[in-house]
Amino acid sequence: MTVITAPLVRRMFRAEGLLRARELGIVVAIVVVFVATTINNHAFADAHSVQQLLTGASLIALLAVGETLVIVTRNVDLSVGSVVGLSAYVVGDVFVKHPHTPAFVGFVIGTLIGAVVGVINGLITTIARVPSLVVTLASLYIVRGIDARIVNGKRIDPVNVPRPFTEVGYKTVLGIPWLAVIVALVVLIVGYAMRTFRSARDLYAIGSNPEAAALAGVPAGRRIVSAFTISGALAGFGGALFLAEFATVDATGGTGYELSVIAAVVVGGVAIFGGSGTVFGAALGALLLNTINQALVASRISSFWNQAVAGALLLAAIAFDRWVGLRVARRMQTAEGAHRDV
Amino acid sequence: MVQLRRVAVLATALTVGLTAACSSTTKKTSDTGSPTATGVKKGLTVYFIPKDTQNPYEVIADNGGKTALEELGGKVVVSSGTADTAAAQIPSIQAAIQAHADAIVIAGNDPSSLCPSLGQAYNAGIKIVSFDSDVQCPNHLFINQADTKQIGTSEVDLLAKQIGSAGDIAILSAAATATNQNSWIGYMKEQLKNYPNMHLVKTVYGNDDPATSLTVLQGLLSAYPNLKGIISPTTVGISTAAQYLSTHKDIAKKVTLTGLGLPSQMKPYIHDGTVKAFELWNPSNLGYLAGYAAAALASGSASLSAGTKFKAGKLGEYTVLPAAGSTGPSVVLGPPTVFDSSNVDQFNF
Amino acid sequence: MSDTQTAPPAVSAVDAPHRELPWRSALRWESGLVIVLIATLIFAGTQSSDFFTQSTMFYIGLNMGEIAIMALPLTLIVMTGEIDLSVASMLGLAGTIMGYLFEHHWNIYLAMAAALVVGAVGGALNGALITRLGLPSIAVTIGTLTLFRGLAEVILGNSTVGGYPLSLTKIGVVPIQGTQISYSVAIFLGLAVICAIVLHATPLGRSIFAIGLQSEAAHFAGIRVGRIKFWLYVLSGVLCALAGILFTLKNASARFDAGTGLELNVVAIVLLGGVSIFGGRGSIVGVVLSVVIVGCLQQALTQMHVDAQVQNIVLGGLLLVSVIVPNGGEAIRRIRARTRRRVPA
Repeated sequence: MTVITAPLVRRMFRAEGLLRARELGIVVAIVVVFVATTINNHAFADAHSVQQLLTGASLIALLAVGETLVIVTRNVDLSVGSVVGLSAYVVGDVFVKHPHTPAFVGFVIGTLIGAVVGVINGLITTIARVPSLVVTLASLYIVRGIDARIVNGKRIDPVNVPRPFTEVGYKTVLGIPWLAVIVALVVLIVGYAMRTFRSARDLYAIGSNPEAAALAGVPAGRRIVSAFTISGALAGFGGALFLAEFATVDATGGTGYELSVIAAVVVGGVAIFGGSGTVFGAALGALLLNTINQALVASRISSFWNQAVAGALLLAAIAFDRWVGLRVARRMQTAEGAHRDV
Repeated sequence: MVQLRRVAVLATALTVGLTAACSSTTKKTSDTGSPTATGVKKGLTVYFIPKDTQNPYEVIADNGGKTALEELGGKVVVSSGTADTAAAQIPSIQAAIQAHADAIVIAGNDPSSLCPSLGQAYNAGIKIVSFDSDVQCPNHLFINQADTKQIGTSEVDLLAKQIGSAGDIAILSAAATATNQNSWIGYMKEQLKNYPNMHLVKTVYGNDDPATSLTVLQGLLSAYPNLKGIISPTTVGISTAAQYLSTHKDIAKKVTLTGLGLPSQMKPYIHDGTVKAFELWNPSNLGYLAGYAAAALASGSASLSAGTKFKAGKLGEYTVLPAAGSTGPSVVLGPPTVFDSSNVDQFNF
Repeated sequence: MSDTQTAPPAVSAVDAPHRELPWRSALRWESGLVIVLIATLIFAGTQSSDFFTQSTMFYIGLNMGEIAIMALPLTLIVMTGEIDLSVASMLGLAGTIMGYLFEHHWNIYLAMAAALVVGAVGGALNGALITRLGLPSIAVTIGTLTLFRGLAEVILGNSTVGGYPLSLTKIGVVPIQGTQISYSVAIFLGLAVICAIVLHATPLGRSIFAIGLQSEAAHFAGIRVGRIKFWLYVLSGVLCALAGILFTLKNASARFDAGTGLELNVVAIVLLGGVSIFGGRGSIVGVVLSVVIVGCLQQALTQMHVDAQVQNIVLGGLLLVSVIVPNGGEAIRRIRARTRRRVPA
């Protein structure tokens, strides 16, 4: 890393003491909701309930990991929902046409489909210099349309999905659902990579100050394409997991997921303008949102309140995030003799 | 700035030109023949407007309609939107009006928002038939898959038999605003009065999305640990719940699931014992009947008056039932079929 | 959003992007749109025998009216570098409020006024969070998108409200007497003219351009950036509420989920109209043309029995092409320059 970006990134991660407070804040929120609901209704803490808290958040958390990488670079990927739907159906179709396909091949195929869409999104964004909001909005429509043409009113039924494949969707290990374990592993791996590998930390540099990053020689184009590719690949993998969990899919799979994913990412403390935030936070954000949804039903609150509560929570999270961000900025300005840009 | 004004003028001129062009009407000659021996005209065009173009259940029904019209020497156009909203269906109604269709068969996404457009279609001479999900508009015939009340009562009876007519039960529905869901649930609540030991503790809405259905299902199980039974009158809800129960056998032992499901989807759950019985009807027959009804109305060989009869191909003869409550004149396909281990393999829809 | 962008080009003089005067680039875009419109009309006329009939224009207006009205304030907001994704939810909430009050025996006009007030309040909430607290608009409006829709659901649940006076619901059935223009389109055109005058011929309009191009410079030039953005959001709330009222009357029915999912359509139309997502570039004429193009295209494709999903592919493709083509020339130039540099001297 050259002279210019190294202190920039180091300073950013120096403030990580406070940023880690952000993720801790989400954990606290999850615990508060959990405890409050359990007091009201003991069954909320039952094994099955807790397992579903994890399982229900898994898909969105997985997508949130990929979305974080993209948002950190000051872009956005709106096509993730459509990719989930396409991937889930195509994998199912493979099982219908070739019933003896091994389960892991199904996951590979799903991931590849997502990766292809991700690469295309990334290439168009970087080569044609088109805002990612527009590109991924267009691919949201196009991928959903392609999915509908392939599905053509049909449906994948549980009989078509091989047992070993669906087992990933419900089996548990030491009481923890496989689905949650897999997603947690992805979060840990990607999270570790984001903090250690230079190429991953470049993403933060690109997002917080594109000009400085360019001057420092960061290959922005390549990094951004990689971020989109990973986001797409994880969405594709998520599609395969969707099929494993529900054992059925038609043309509506994954519809509307993009807004839930962005909500989870924002709640998780990832700055929408890029440059900061972690995949741990994003995954925890997904867990918090699912916990609240389930808690509302478990507390016998009318389901008509779900959306209103979710919306209020989102706004509160954004405001809190901003407050934390301001404190970080103030701290960075007073520390190390405040290097200001004139 | 001058350039901009020129462009603006050009655009305005274009719009004016378009208005002028559109004020000339192109009349389409009607090419339907005279009524045949069965009383139905040949060459009819019927627009099928499902809830959306991708719903597998509706696709089967639409294909049934296509078969019917083919037998009658007519044709079917399937047109709808992608979102399950009334706004997405309105352009299809407009297209039917402009194409001078003979009849519209529609599954309403909304009980009332379609009425203005359907009214326009009716005034243009198009016969209106609704199926699957009724609309609360005048001047149309509702093809009911089964008697609405009977769906509600039989669902409750089916569950009661399996849980010994006692215990807390819940309903896992689709969208909170779905017309057919709410009608059936209404009759279910009525029927529950005959079972004093069964209590409906909650209705949750899965919005026909597997993930949402799963979340509300788990919330339900947590909120009511003594739950004995669940009725899910939606194919997405029941299959999601069945998948969950079949992979969590300990819960399946306590909670009995039934509802409306597709045999092709529910087969494995019957075989592994998760679900004992559920019911439905043949969606293909529903579309087939709707097609024949639409053709009969358009040909004048049937009308909306109670008691008129018409033939529906291989399904036989049907009679129009009088309006009752908020439902207009209707035709009932038949009683729902109960599927269990003895017959679930015979069906492929 | 002025801050969401990919890494900018390297600073070599050869690669420096040609910085255009805002109205020059708008003009080029509109000319392109006019060509696309003509092509669309030719396509529609030849492929669908029902297109050039009397009712087509009325139907297009009926289907696009509310979306078009929502696109106007969104245009202004996007031009300042922000975004408002809560537009369709405010449509639903306003319609719900009007229906709920009408059901509780309020006078219909008072109910409408109340709905507009709710729109203003919702817009003010957006505006305050974004300008006072400085929160990112995409995140805030995703939050209010959910919140408004949620409030509507709490108010109406799964019931619908109908029974409005026929003199009002006729806007969904008949056009304005003597023409084929639907009432909502007439309102839209009136608002569009006002917006166009404000945007292109008043200091306020120039301020909006300035804020989008360079927010800090505008601030130092004395432009009240925060205040303008705040009132733009209030305007958005009010106009979306108006759209909600029209939508409800057109369908003669109020439901909490009215307009669900329309926000992305509105954004797509605004972007297609030549409004840059980074702010500082765009015109009302472009958005009007975009509305007409999308309306005609969708009507024609439906008449041709093209599946709705394929229509979405067309919309997505149109959107993509509309942003790639202008940048395409530059991109090719850049790639060529890079490969030329690679070749050893």
